[in-house]
Amino acid sequence: MTHQHTGGRASEPAAEIDGDAAAAFLSHEGRPESLRHAPGPYFGDYGGRWMPESLIAALDELQETFEAAKADPEFTAQVAELNATYAGRPSLLTEAKSFAAHAGGVRVFLKREDLNHTGSHKINNVLGQALLAKRMGKTRVIAETGAGQHGVASATAAALLGLECVVYMGAEDTRRQALNVARMQLLGAEVIPVTNGSQTLKDAINDALRDWVANVDTTHYLLGTAAGAHPFPAMVRYFHEVIGEEARAQILEQTGKLPDAVCACVGGGSNAIGIFHGFLDDPSVRLYGFEAGGDGVESGRHAATITLGRPGVLHGARSYLMQDEYGQTMESHSISAGLDYPGVGPEHAYLADIGRASYEPVTDREAMDAFKLLCRTEGIIPAIETAHALGGALKVGQRLAADLAPGEQPGDKVIIVNLSGRGDKDVATAAEYFDLLPDDSAEQEIAKEGEQL
Amino acid sequence: MKTLSSKAAAAVEKARSEGRAALIGYLPAGFPDVPTTIEAALAMAANGVDLIEIGIPYSDPVMDGRVIQDATVQALAAGFTVPQIFDVVRGITSATDVPVLVMTYWNPVMRMGVREFASRLAEAGGAGLITPDLIPDEAAEWMAVSDEFGLDRVFLVAPSTSPARMRSTVEASRGFVYGVSVMGITGARTSVGAAARAVVDDAHAAGAERVCVGLGVSSAAQVAEIARYADGVIVGTALVAALRDGGVPAVAALCKDLSTGTGKNPS
Repeated sequence: MTHQHTGGRASEPAAEIDGDAAAAFLSHEGRPESLRHAPGPYFGDYGGRWMPESLIAALDELQETFEAAKADPEFTAQVAELNATYAGRPSLLTEAKSFAAHAGGVRVFLKREDLNHTGSHKINNVLGQALLAKRMGKTRVIAETGAGQHGVASATAAALLGLECVVYMGAEDTRRQALNVARMQLLGAEVIPVTNGSQTLKDAINDALRDWVANVDTTHYLLGTAAGAHPFPAMVRYFHEVIGEEARAQILEQTGKLPDAVCACVGGGSNAIGIFHGFLDDPSVRLYGFEAGGDGVESGRHAATITLGRPGVLHGARSYLMQDEYGQTMESHSISAGLDYPGVGPEHAYLADIGRASYEPVTDREAMDAFKLLCRTEGIIPAIETAHALGGALKVGQRLAADLAPGEQPGDKVIIVNLSGRGDKDVATAAEYFDLLPDDSAEQEIAKEGEQL
Repeated sequence: MKTLSSKAAAAVEKARSEGRAALIGYLPAGFPDVPTTIEAALAMAANGVDLIEIGIPYSDPVMDGRVIQDATVQALAAGFTVPQIFDVVRGITSATDVPVLVMTYWNPVMRMGVREFASRLAEAGGAGLITPDLIPDEAAEWMAVSDEFGLDRVFLVAPSTSPARMRSTVEASRGFVYGVSVMGITGARTSVGAAARAVVDDAHAAGAERVCVGLGVSSAAQVAEIARYADGVIVGTALVAALRDGGVPAVAALCKDLSTGTGKNPS
C-alpha cells in the first residue's frame, strides 16, 4: 500500500458509483497493483485510530500479537484446524437454480456461511480473535451485539477456549431477542442490557469501549465487524478472507470461470469484505454491497451509510457515517438488527471511493420479498441481513440479463451471493411481517413489541 | 510543549505563583440550558476556579460515565446544537478573565470543519480544546490550525501510555497535558490511585511543564492529595451532579470547598 493519509480532507459522498470511477479502477490508475491484504491503518483516507489515548497501548499490543500470529505456522494451523473440525469449513457453494429464474435467468450460487457452526459467518472472526486473546494472556472477552448473532458466536468461542465472556446488548434488543439472550447465557456468557443513548447497537459498542478502558489489563474487546480502530478492520477481514478464498476456488471448480458479480449485505461490512477479498484483484468481477434501505432512503429511516452518509469518525475509525449537520450520530433504521448501524467499515468506504465496489440500498420490503422467495424456491431460510444481499442480487441478475453481448445467453452469467447467515433467529419477525401468526397469540404480542423480534 | 501565548498555561502559572495547584472545573454546555451554563461557569470563576472547561454534548461520549452522559443527553434532547458552544464561550469570556477551554469529541469539529471551528472558537475568546478521542497521531490538521489561531491543544496521557507516546504527546500539547488518573471513564471515585502520581511524574520527566490530573476527583481532600504533585486538578462529574441537584448555588459552594485543597504546602 502506498496510500497516504491526508488528514481531514473532505471526500465527496460516494453516492452511486459512476462509470468514470469504475473505468479508473479498471485502468489501474492511481492505485496499487494489488488491493488484497491491505494492512491498514489507512485505506485511502479512511481508517486510523480516532480513539482515547488510554486504549492505544491495548491496540498496539493487539496489533503486535496479530502480526506475530499471522507469521506463526502454529497459529495459522490452529485456525485452520478449528475451521475444519469445529466451524464446519469449507462451507458449501450451492447453485440456486429456481431462485435464479427470478434473477433474469443468470446462474446464482450461494456461499453457504449459514451452514457454519452458530449459523453465520461470525464464527470465523470470533475463533481467531479468541485465540489472539489467549496469546495475549487475557482471561476475559467482551463483545457487542445487535440481533445477538455476534454475541452468540462470541459466547461460543469463549466457552470453547475457556474465557470469561460479557456481551453488551441494547436493552430494547434484549427484550426482543430474549431467546438469543438465553442462548448466550446457556453458553456461560453474561449479557448486560445497555440503557444508554438510543439503546441500540452503537450504544452497546460505546458501553463495551467503556468496559474495555477500565479492564484492559485482563480483557480483549472482541469486536464483531470490520470497523473500529486499527488493527480491527484489517484483522477482522483477515479472519473472514477464508470466505472469498473458498468461494473463488469453488466457483472455478463448478463453472470453470470467475463470476460476473459477487453480492453481499453490508452493515459494518465483515461478511462482505471477507468474500470481496477473494476477488479484489479480478477486475472482471463486479462487487456489490447492499446496505439496509429501511423504509426507503428518501424516508430518512434507513441504514444506507455509504449511499447517503458523509465521512466522519465513530468508534475509532474515519469512514462514512450517518450524522446530522452538527456531527451527531443519527439513528439508523432497518428491519434487520444486524444491519442497523450508522457506520461502516473503512475499507468499504475506500472501495466505494475508488469505484472497486458498488454500494446500493435495498429496502425492508425488497429484502423480505427476497427472503420469502429463497424460502419457497430453494428450501433455505436466510437471515434477514442476508436477504438484503439476495434482494440486491435479483436486481443485479436482471441487469446482467438485460445487457448481454450479441450471442450471449443469461445462463452464461454467474453471480455469487454470500449467504452470510441462517434465518432461524428471524422466524418471529418474518412470521409477523407476513402475518402468519394467529391473532392474539403470545408470539404475535411479542413480535409487535419491536421491529425485530 | 510550547508556552507562547497560551491562556491555559498562564492560568496554571498564575496559580503556581500563588503557591497553589490550579483548579479546573468542567460543565457540559446546555445543561440544563445555555444561560445556566454561563451562570454556573461564572459562579465557578468567582469561587476559586482558575480555568473553566466546557464540554460539547455529543451522541457517543465513550469516555464519560453515567452522570455526564445523562446531562449531555438531556442537553441534546433540550435542543442544544454545536454552534451554541460559541455563545457559551463568549458569554463567559465577556464577563470574566478566567480562560475557557472546550472539551469535545472530535466528530463535531470535523463536521463543522476544523479551521471553521477554530476560527469561531478564537473569535468567541476561547483558549483552546481538550480532545478526549483525538490523539496527536491523527491531529495534523488541528496542530496546524491551532498554531494559526493561537489556541491551546490539550491532549490526554494515561497510566497505559508508553514512554515514547508520553514524549510525543507532551511535545504536541500546548497549555497543559491532561493526565488521566485511572484506567476508566469519568465519574466520582472514592480514591484516586497511585497511577495518577506515576502519570504526572512520567509526563514531567518527558518534558511537560504543566500536568493537570482529571477523572474521579470529587472532594477537597482528593484535590489536596493531587495538588501535592500535580500542577492542576480537574473536577467534572461532582460539579455536574451539584448543578443537577442544587443548581448554581451548589456549584458555587462546591468550588469554594474544592479550592481549599489546592495549596501546595498545606499547613
